Amino acid sequence: MSQTSPDLLYSDVEEDLRASVRDLLKAKAAPEALLARVETAEGYDLKLWRTLADEVGVAGLAVPEELGGHGASAREVAVVAEELGRSVAPVPFLGSVVLATTALVRAGAGDFVRRLATGSAIGALAVPLSTAPGAGFPSSVTAAADGTVSGRVGTVADASVADLLVVPAAGPDGPGLYVVEASAATVSELVSFDLTRRVADVVLDNAPAVLVASGSDAASALEDALLFGAGILASEQTGVAEWALTETVTYLKGRYQFGRPVGGFQSLKHRLANLYTDLVLARATARNAADALATGTDVPIAVAVAQARNAPIAVKATEEAIQLHGGIGMTWEHPAHLYLKRAKADELALGTPGKHRARLAELVDLPA
Amino acid sequence: MTVTAEDLTRQATEFLAAHDPETTDRMDFLRARYDAGLAWIHFPAGLGGQTAPRALQSVVDGVFAEAGAPDNNPRRIGIGLGMAAPTILAFGTPEQHERFLRPLWTGDEVWCQLFSEPGAGSDLAALGTRAVRDGDDWIVTGQKVWTSGAHESQWAILVTRTDPDVPKHQGMTYFMCDMKAPGVDVRPLRQITGEAEFNEVFLTEVRIPDTQRLGAVGEGWKVAQTTLMNERVAIGGHVQPREGGLIGIVAKTWRERPELRTPELRDRLVQRWVEAETLRLAGTRLRQQLTKGAPGPEGSAMKVAFSELNQALTGLEVELLGEEGLAYDDWTFRRPAIVDFTGREAGYRYLRAKGNSIEGGTSEVLRNIIAERVLGLPSEPRVDKDVAWKDLPR
Repeated sequence: MSQTSPDLLYSDVEEDLRASVRDLLKAKAAPEALLARVETAEGYDLKLWRTLADEVGVAGLAVPEELGGHGASAREVAVVAEELGRSVAPVPFLGSVVLATTALVRAGAGDFVRRLATGSAIGALAVPLSTAPGAGFPSSVTAAADGTVSGRVGTVADASVADLLVVPAAGPDGPGLYVVEASAATVSELVSFDLTRRVADVVLDNAPAVLVASGSDAASALEDALLFGAGILASEQTGVAEWALTETVTYLKGRYQFGRPVGGFQSLKHRLANLYTDLVLARATARNAADALATGTDVPIAVAVAQARNAPIAVKATEEAIQLHGGIGMTWEHPAHLYLKRAKADELALGTPGKHRARLAELVDLPA
Repeated sequence: MTVTAEDLTRQATEFLAAHDPETTDRMDFLRARYDAGLAWIHFPAGLGGQTAPRALQSVVDGVFAEAGAPDNNPRRIGIGLGMAAPTILAFGTPEQHERFLRPLWTGDEVWCQLFSEPGAGSDLAALGTRAVRDGDDWIVTGQKVWTSGAHESQWAILVTRTDPDVPKHQGMTYFMCDMKAPGVDVRPLRQITGEAEFNEVFLTEVRIPDTQRLGAVGEGWKVAQTTLMNERVAIGGHVQPREGGLIGIVAKTWRERPELRTPELRDRLVQRWVEAETLRLAGTRLRQQLTKGAPGPEGSAMKVAFSELNQALTGLEVELLGEEGLAYDDWTFRRPAIVDFTGREAGYRYLRAKGNSIEGGTSEVLRNIIAERVLGLPSEPRVDKDVAWKDLPR
């Protein structure tokens, strides 16, 4: 057991980063703007993404400086994820910065990392978004001896706006991690349950590919990316839950029925107090997972705990937001449903709570 | 100039060189440590401290512990240290500081708390124990309840009603009560576990000198707030290791007893494990905030979550044990010195944990506190606010 405790607070630098991301999102990703966009052909806000990537520098946040990044750590990435969760801004942060970039950094694919880190390209990791850490190397795509890859991968997050696809494939010499230009693949965006993070089917038909890692290197690069993603997702879930609580509290203070603010009724106050309690807990596991990913200590357990705890908390918080808003919460015009959809999709993303609990049981020796 | 960790380490080391813990009498050693300002270092000079940052207390305690020096048995005198002392410091006269703080810290004199009453639980300010002025004394009559350690205590912090004709928060006065004084009758209060950790204390015309009043007449509620605020701070000083609490006991049973396992119990156990680990992390985070001098409002939320976990976990433990869960270790009416969750069996833990959501603020009151003070939601309607205490329905 580690002697030093994790740093579970936010540093001043992290708070500064949060403030600049939050200011930008407040101005550019207001709920009305999100709602107006969701049914258009441009589900993603790529203009906002370029600002985030270039001006705030989130694209290469945790990428080493020699590869064109800012040399920060998972802790800073987590802070950005928290803010993006609070705003459910439609940007390819999870797919590109969190999943694809991590896989490529771990694979040592410097040139591709540079393209993503500078924001000149968007990446996606070609696995179903529901893939959990520890799931084993996928085999739905195969690589041929001529260096092309073929196969089909469903529900890939952020693939519909990606320029580069990081594709795990079964090659002639075992597992390999390949990079495919998205223009060489057929990417079809699905009607996605989560309106602000789309999933797409990717079909590869003898697509030209560059092998960036093979064998156990490929497997560990993929596993690291999935763990990183699941750990960072816990911060996004914290942000989603925080929005749900804050918004509901504000609404209930101003909503009068029976001649009183509805937020003065004890049954509602207690439900909000429970959400606050959940949020305190979610923040602790999310910070712990981020710190574990930053220091490389205790990563699998920290991530499994964070996902097992925070995914249901975000779902509960957004479900309560709908219920406590009453009729208005059920309408399309109110943004609460965007958060509910994000929270529910996040519960499936990178392993359900049940899968994380099963994995945790093995990790901490609670045998069947 | 502020005192540093190095200064304190040096002071403690020098003290130990001058007072060999091996050969010095325990109580003499503790008194000397107090007089050297190495007791509670955040207290003022002359009163056991040196106005040092509270966060450095662990440095001093560490030096003494490493040398095998005797301590003041903080668990035994927790109410004195955590609640009485900060209140006496804040509201006491110089004479009261001089008289009470040293024997309190050394454990020479043990303290208990006479606050709750049968008719004043969550609504403590409704309390009705009457104190009536009689020359230089006060005559106190009433009944207090849920007093831990009353039978072993020399002194009590006591809140009384001195003016029934004003609204409840205004008419209270705070005293230090000699538990050996005539008219103080301590009776054990048996709980659902079979034992009695707590007492009922009956006060019948107990004479308390006015010199034992803490704070002004009628200011008792303000003084009591200081006591209660410190109750929260007193909880837990060290970072718990993983599986450090009750979850460790249940996990151990699980590992050692494969015959008890079912898939359904396993998933519930892992859920509790996740909750225990989460609470541990949240507790660690809260302490890190305290060290940085910015205590968050998370304490009330943590307590709500802690009681829920303890109750779910101890319930699961009884269930896990199967037919053994039908037996109980001991219903004998006993008076334990300290509450020991780990020294007893599953059935005891299950029953004792029921108190976790009641003691130190019920979960319902804590949720009101979170909703009103943290989230800023409207307060409960106060029908008793402008009514004289004597006219309140009861």
